[in-house]
Amino acid sequence: MLSETRGWGFWLLAAFFVLFVLFLYGPLSTIVLLSFQGENGGLTFPMNGFSFTWFGRLFETQAVGDFGGSFRRSLSLGVMVMAVTVLVSLLAGLAFRRRFRASTPLFYLAVASLIVPSILISLGIGLLFQVIGIRPAWYSSAFGAHLTWTLPFGLLIMLAVFNRFNTAYEEAARDLGASPWQTFRFVVLPLILPSLIGVALFGFTLSYDEFARTMMTAGTFNTLPLEIYAMTTNVTTPVLYALGTVTTGLSFLVIFTALAVVLVLQRRRARLGSDAGKGTL
Amino acid sequence: MTTVEETAVLAPSAAPAAPGPKAATRRPTKLPGETPAFVPYLQALPLALILGFFLLVPIITIVVVSFWDYDFARVIPDFILTNYQDVLGSWVTWKTYLNTLKYTAIVWAITLSIGFTVAYFLAFYIRTATMQTVLFLVCTVPFLTSNIIRMISWIPFLGRNGLMNGFLQSIGLVDQPVEWLLYSDFAVVLAMVHLYTLFMVTPIFNSLVRIDRALIEAARDNGASAFQTLVHVVIPLAKPGIAIGSIFVVTLIMADFSTVQVMSGGQSASVALMMRNQMSLLQYPAAAANAVVLLVVVLLMVAAILRVVDIRKEL
Repeated sequence: MLSETRGWGFWLLAAFFVLFVLFLYGPLSTIVLLSFQGENGGLTFPMNGFSFTWFGRLFETQAVGDFGGSFRRSLSLGVMVMAVTVLVSLLAGLAFRRRFRASTPLFYLAVASLIVPSILISLGIGLLFQVIGIRPAWYSSAFGAHLTWTLPFGLLIMLAVFNRFNTAYEEAARDLGASPWQTFRFVVLPLILPSLIGVALFGFTLSYDEFARTMMTAGTFNTLPLEIYAMTTNVTTPVLYALGTVTTGLSFLVIFTALAVVLVLQRRRARLGSDAGKGTL
Repeated sequence: MTTVEETAVLAPSAAPAAPGPKAATRRPTKLPGETPAFVPYLQALPLALILGFFLLVPIITIVVVSFWDYDFARVIPDFILTNYQDVLGSWVTWKTYLNTLKYTAIVWAITLSIGFTVAYFLAFYIRTATMQTVLFLVCTVPFLTSNIIRMISWIPFLGRNGLMNGFLQSIGLVDQPVEWLLYSDFAVVLAMVHLYTLFMVTPIFNSLVRIDRALIEAARDNGASAFQTLVHVVIPLAKPGIAIGSIFVVTLIMADFSTVQVMSGGQSASVALMMRNQMSLLQYPAAAANAVVLLVVVLLMVAAILRVVDIRKEL
């Protein structure tokens, strides 16, 4: 390792890595292919022609329960969870920069939120709403259930960011007469913006794909993952793959948009010739 | 070995994966014009409220309801131990726990081997930080897509008429399609490895990139072979990452029901799947008792991992 020439160790590990990536993406690509299956084709290869039939079927209610509605609910829920995750993790991240009583229990509570089995959160919130007599719904109970999963991730990212944050920038701003708000708005926020986009990405995608925590908390109307899960047991046509292709496509779109924004931010910072953020990114 | 670990801990390392509240203590004394002392409390309040109401209170509710009575249609507030007697006295429970633990052990071992190898390659063999980031993102992207879709995507691959069977038959390895590829323990383990390996890669990668390269050069200068360096320097320093990854993987598998249900075709059971079935039969107190037992088991497993490896240094 760390040698100048790439020995057999490198190539062996590189081959392993390539296999791992194939293992990650291979199966996904088969369902993308199969979603273009011909009209008479089935759930497996060979392809029986090529068509967009199954994508069209998505919008017929008899083929899929309620694709349009569940898709809208999952999108709205994802955006809500994303917004709250960014705001609450940012605030908590700022809080953890200083010593305050109850910081240790709060930290462990957040870590516990990652460890507690998700089906327990689902059952617990479902029962809680039943006991206090509130009807569970995707925008209330499922919203809270998703936050127990996204907030710890958001907090851990913010803690990592602030742990390597160079306080000299803030001190400089203060010395130049900036108010605490100005320091935050014009110095801290621009520096941590790429990380906040990362937190937003996590918040949205984790919520958009969350299944176990939604199971008991969604109430009357299904979110998209619940709809897909129901389909796995009773749909035997490639319409299932078409749905998989569409939702995965959306996930990819969100991921690459976020990455592109981060890249643009970094380019812009480099172009403007500021040295802000050097050593923190 | 201790000296190596201590050196690494004392070194002002960059960006831990999960820094804890202790990080705050590094901050110098209060400066003039700094925000007042109550501000952190206000800033931490939303997090505390959300986790309190949607994590702490629901768990308390589960514990309370686990002592309640129920009939076919409703739950009845009570204080009975029947639910726990049913859970712990039934051999089905024990068999299901055994089955879940079997999955946990197998998948943990496989994800650890794959995760460590991938993280090791990324941390030590990729030279530029940009390339490291790109390859790391390549591994991360699937994690941000739907678990259920990723599970379903194995069906055309492993099914009776799937790609794998077609391949095996075409090269003449088997005459009949292999039946155990899908809807079997094999399929469950494969799908779990597929879903959860990233949880191992990330923390181990974080531990590995923080290892001071001088330590590795020192090992080599002192005549250690690549393998000796790996065993005596790299792995001991990667322990916190391995522990964090293991906690993730173990808790995820112990709580899994969808992978087991879909990939075993309903032929295999897990603890969470048993709970889910009770929930769909509206036997909430029984499910709650099961949940309490599962939570205790999971916490004991996490405590066991933390006893072996002290990750507080990492935090």
